[in-house]
Amino acid sequence: MDIHEYQAKELLSRHGVHVPRGGLAYSPEQATYRAREIGGSKWVLKAQVHSGARGKAGGIKLCANDEEISNAAEAMLGRKLVTQQTGPRGKLISRLYLEEAVDIAQELYVGFVLDRKEERVMIVASAAGGMEIEDIVEKAPNSILRTSVDPGVGMQRFQAREIAFGLGLDHNLIGKATETIFSCYQVFRDYDASMLEINPLVVTRDGNLIALDAKMSFDENALFRRPEISELRDKSQEDPRETFASDRGLSYVGLDGNIGCIINGAGLAMATMDMIKIAGGEPANFLDIGGGASPERVAKSFRAVLGDKNVETILVNIFAGINRCDWVAEGVIKAIREVGVNVPLVVRLSGTMAEEGRRILADSGEAVIVADTLAEAAEKAVAAWRAATKKKAA
Amino acid sequence: MAILLNRSTRVIVQGFTGKIGSFHAEDMKRYGTKLVGGVTPGKGGQKHLGLPVFNTVKGAVRETRAEASIVFVPPPFAADSIMEAADAGIKLCVCITDGIPSQDMMQVKRYMLRYRYEDRMRLIGPNCAGVITPGQALMGIMPGSIYLPGRVGIVGRSGTLGYEAASQMKSLGIGVSTSVGIGGDPINGSSFKDMLKLFEQDDDTDAVVMIGEIGGPQEAEAAIWARDNMRKPLIAYIAGLSAPKGRRMGHAGAIISAFGESAQEKVEILKDAGVIIVPTPSSFGEVVAETLAGMKKAA
Repeated sequence: MDIHEYQAKELLSRHGVHVPRGGLAYSPEQATYRAREIGGSKWVLKAQVHSGARGKAGGIKLCANDEEISNAAEAMLGRKLVTQQTGPRGKLISRLYLEEAVDIAQELYVGFVLDRKEERVMIVASAAGGMEIEDIVEKAPNSILRTSVDPGVGMQRFQAREIAFGLGLDHNLIGKATETIFSCYQVFRDYDASMLEINPLVVTRDGNLIALDAKMSFDENALFRRPEISELRDKSQEDPRETFASDRGLSYVGLDGNIGCIINGAGLAMATMDMIKIAGGEPANFLDIGGGASPERVAKSFRAVLGDKNVETILVNIFAGINRCDWVAEGVIKAIREVGVNVPLVVRLSGTMAEEGRRILADSGEAVIVADTLAEAAEKAVAAWRAATKKKAA
Repeated sequence: MAILLNRSTRVIVQGFTGKIGSFHAEDMKRYGTKLVGGVTPGKGGQKHLGLPVFNTVKGAVRETRAEASIVFVPPPFAADSIMEAADAGIKLCVCITDGIPSQDMMQVKRYMLRYRYEDRMRLIGPNCAGVITPGQALMGIMPGSIYLPGRVGIVGRSGTLGYEAASQMKSLGIGVSTSVGIGGDPINGSSFKDMLKLFEQDDDTDAVVMIGEIGGPQEAEAAIWARDNMRKPLIAYIAGLSAPKGRRMGHAGAIISAFGESAQEKVEILKDAGVIIVPTPSSFGEVVAETLAGMKKAA
């Protein structure tokens, strides 16, 4: 789960990391009011969306007076910001963050990630901050410092100190940098983060060390013990199709194709989407209904998939282990009768109670295209989709 | 004896008396698994499904001489249960639980290092379908009926995609020595490489099918190990051709966040290492059949 920059800064600041003075605004008036509250003569207005690369997309504006703040706020609020990371749909700007402008002497990079190879928290730092980490890796690979934390004892101060010296910082900044890195690690650990990136961490002309930007993501599996983090969820930043599904306990990822998918198991779901692609179609979504799916849950899945107006065909592929194909079949019929499925529907049932499931579909008299194998299911779905779009065009 | 599990392995269930634990315990017993008891703290001394219940894993090991444990404990408490098993001298632990926090798994892995290599428990999972040695024993949640006993090993992250592969093989009369689900989490107990090592040494396995997916370094690491050390054919499929970068595809670990983690990139790495590629998820059966036929010819 991602959170906003201002939320990450609030969290870090509470644990001793220095951040610029700033305030949240929902309107142009509020933004200008914040400027007076903060004081100074130059401010930066930042769109709060769950994405990096906001600057290039027009989501960050330097302002010198009320009028400039008000105009910039007016232009941003209610608009969708499309960055390199958001995809073409973009993300809605409904919150702004106004900060005092900072006089920058040097930009650094500090990131914390879960390293899957080492199975530890890895700290990555570079003196070449201000650009994306991918660009640092490409353009200044020798500037990158790495160290990993032993989960048995946690991060040690010497590790933070080594990074501080490694960044080539002035001697009077070593103490501050060590504390900053150490505090970041503690926030990462104490709140079950999965990613924390401070880019840039800046050295100011008056010799301070400040987190100018902050990005954080959290381990969704740990939210049960981090209620204060769960509260930071902003649904306006999510794909509405995904919010609908996740609120109903379904694992769903929206994509850009036309063939809706309802499948059990993440691996089989990915493989079925691959098969659709190989057969010449494009999947509209990933959806894993999970184990022990009741007819109600299957019907809910249809609602989630049909909520996407681009869906022109649905493919259901179930290989039941702890699921039951007869329940799935009942769910399919329920969905046809209660939700209304006005697109071609292909169903493949295999495993536990598959015979019974197929019989239920056949006896229902509903227009369901049945397939026996994975390949057949994908081919029939793509063929049905082609026929349906042709009919529509004609 | 295939790998990890056979008909004489003595198995206990952690989270024994819960709904899910009970359901699968019955299923495993029916399949032929030598189930000797279970653990539910606070219910020690009772009988459940005709088997003794213990308060602690140590107690269960002492009374039943259990060597293996399967964990159905809810995510907030699962890491603790795994460590308890490791400390009680369990040799093989299969954790089915989905949703364990990554930091908990980091601690589990670190904790297990406190035991000498020879005494260290082998962990399979979490978030996996478990282990089956067809015709002998089941420690997992897979439907036993789709596996034919035989001589091909299967190791995969996903449960249902593993079923798909096994059933395609069965329809061509090809059986399985052992099938292992290593799970979909970013930090897991055993890696693909760990399982390839066991299959390579196993006299009952002739070839291995590896079912990988997007995210993480484990498939590539396994392929490179296989290139340098494995004499048996390795056949692989990578799921997630159509997965966009940076999005989690169901499994906590199925996310492309670095170079070499997309399906296309992994397939290239595997090909370079000499791994036989299954081009589509509907051709597991054919590719395995062709590989076995080629081996016969060569012999």
